[in-house]
Amino acid sequence: MAKKLNLRDKYALMTRDLSWDPSYQPFEKLFPQMEMEGIKIDDWSKWEDPFRLTMDAYWKYQAEKERKLYSIIDAFAQNNAHLNVTDARYVNAIKLFLTGVSPLEYQAHRGFAMVGRQFPGVGAQVACQMQSVDELRHVQTQIHTMSHYNKYFNGFHDWSHMHDRVWYLSVPKSFFDDAMTAGPFEFITAISFSFEYVLTNLLFMPFMSGAAYNGDMATVTFGFSAQSDESRHMTLGLEVIKFMLEAHPDNLPIIQGWIDKWFWRGYRLLSLVSMMMDYMLPKRVMSWKEAWDMYFVQNGGALFEDLARYGVRMPKHWEVSVKEADRLSHETWNVFYNYGHAAAFNSWMPSEEEMEWLSAKYPETFDKYYRPRFTFFRNLEEQGKPFSNPTLPMLCQTCQVPMFYTEPDDPTTVCFRASEYKGDHYHFCSDGCKDIFDNEPEKYVQSWLPVHQIYQGNCGGATVPEVLEWYHLVDGADNAKYPFSPDYENWKKWKGQVAKEDDAA
Amino acid sequence: MPKNMVYIALQNNEDARGIIEAIERDNPHATVSHFPAMVKIDAPGRIVVKRETVEELIGREWDPQEIHVSLVSISGNVDETEDEFILERNN
Repeated sequence: MAKKLNLRDKYALMTRDLSWDPSYQPFEKLFPQMEMEGIKIDDWSKWEDPFRLTMDAYWKYQAEKERKLYSIIDAFAQNNAHLNVTDARYVNAIKLFLTGVSPLEYQAHRGFAMVGRQFPGVGAQVACQMQSVDELRHVQTQIHTMSHYNKYFNGFHDWSHMHDRVWYLSVPKSFFDDAMTAGPFEFITAISFSFEYVLTNLLFMPFMSGAAYNGDMATVTFGFSAQSDESRHMTLGLEVIKFMLEAHPDNLPIIQGWIDKWFWRGYRLLSLVSMMMDYMLPKRVMSWKEAWDMYFVQNGGALFEDLARYGVRMPKHWEVSVKEADRLSHETWNVFYNYGHAAAFNSWMPSEEEMEWLSAKYPETFDKYYRPRFTFFRNLEEQGKPFSNPTLPMLCQTCQVPMFYTEPDDPTTVCFRASEYKGDHYHFCSDGCKDIFDNEPEKYVQSWLPVHQIYQGNCGGATVPEVLEWYHLVDGADNAKYPFSPDYENWKKWKGQVAKEDDAA
Repeated sequence: MPKNMVYIALQNNEDARGIIEAIERDNPHATVSHFPAMVKIDAPGRIVVKRETVEELIGREWDPQEIHVSLVSISGNVDETEDEFILERNN
């Protein structure tokens, strides 16, 4: 038998050797998007591949991950483990995940297939191709895993339809639509670097660890299985940034602009994760603020310190994200509670014990700004009159989040920015979102803003029931406040709590 | 806290246990934190996972690429060879 090849040689044979130089078509026709963004790459062979993963090893290890994942999903189903989660409120975090995150995995699959075709370098092509397959695997495993919950809880029935229509899901949807309609270099900076390398650890590490803590072994397993691919994706993200920066000094200002833009867009998207961590996990692992400090301030800080040698600085407005860490989850959850009647999951007010935890984790802000409001809402619930806000909120033209964020240095004043473009006024939640718009107004004037669309009659009708029907939401079940929801009633029956409460009464 | 921190996070399961122990043995400067279902290892500058140490601990041959089965996340510049998996930041 021939001597076993070493890793470098094997990698070269099974990736670099797959490329060829075109002989009868000009390079520009084969890779038509290489010039349009202004990024200059002279030599694609300088691309380094830190993970020297070839297809044979890829299939071997991915198959092993799949076997492990599906054996746990089977065990979860056979054990009726949906009954062993801490509390049925937890399942709402999974509903949000299925409608807001899983469709992004599919978008990522499409995006990496697209950029893999556009990049001339074979190292980048192979990495993008594997990532494209990974992302398709992620969306499939997530659908399979969560389908178990669909048998027992409301809100899981039409997630893909909801992703395209429900108001707050335009936030994640527009994030990917924005990246997919950019050029290949911006797409990969947006998704591989800014989102995957800098930001996704916030979702896949503390939140997934929290899923385990709350008894949801099915979710933690798909989460970690997906995130183990992310490690490769992050390496691709870091590599592509280094590669572009080393290729030509003219690339730096373009890349810095993308880092600024996509950090801020990704950070705004993570507002959903902040409330998942602080409000939607009945047993909590760490607060949003602690996670932001660990994964962005410390780790992101180390990353940008490392990139300083290329002239890259921290993303613009990162300081605002640190100032907002004390209030992001509370402000976000407050808005979801206000508009819970139009959300695709149940919302609730924290219990007294949970308010104590929030108060301990957020000593500067929780008792002062949020506890009084949340106590007021909880009292209304206890009187059987849960609060819903009958108005429609104004949305930020860029991130599409309702304009509820407060001024960086004043948590009592809503942050409001505006720009004028071709005689029309556009509104923003922050300097970060205003900057993004001002740099590319022609792109963002086209934003599909749910509130505008409702008012224009494009969402099924002018009344809430008509809009809910257009969303495929079942009024009174999918959108109810948790204490008034069928999920809660069922949960009490399954856990044998009805009899206990009757005895107590 | 030093600025050149790197980290590796692994699932807290039987497959990863030998890898975690090998990292602890070969990286005495690293800090190991346990979270539900996950172990995160932080260190200034460098974390190395050595094939030899893992093999000694698990009692069988081990290919550093097997780390993909247990990985949760990483931060740092990756260098992978047949004998080592390295994360580093030299600034």
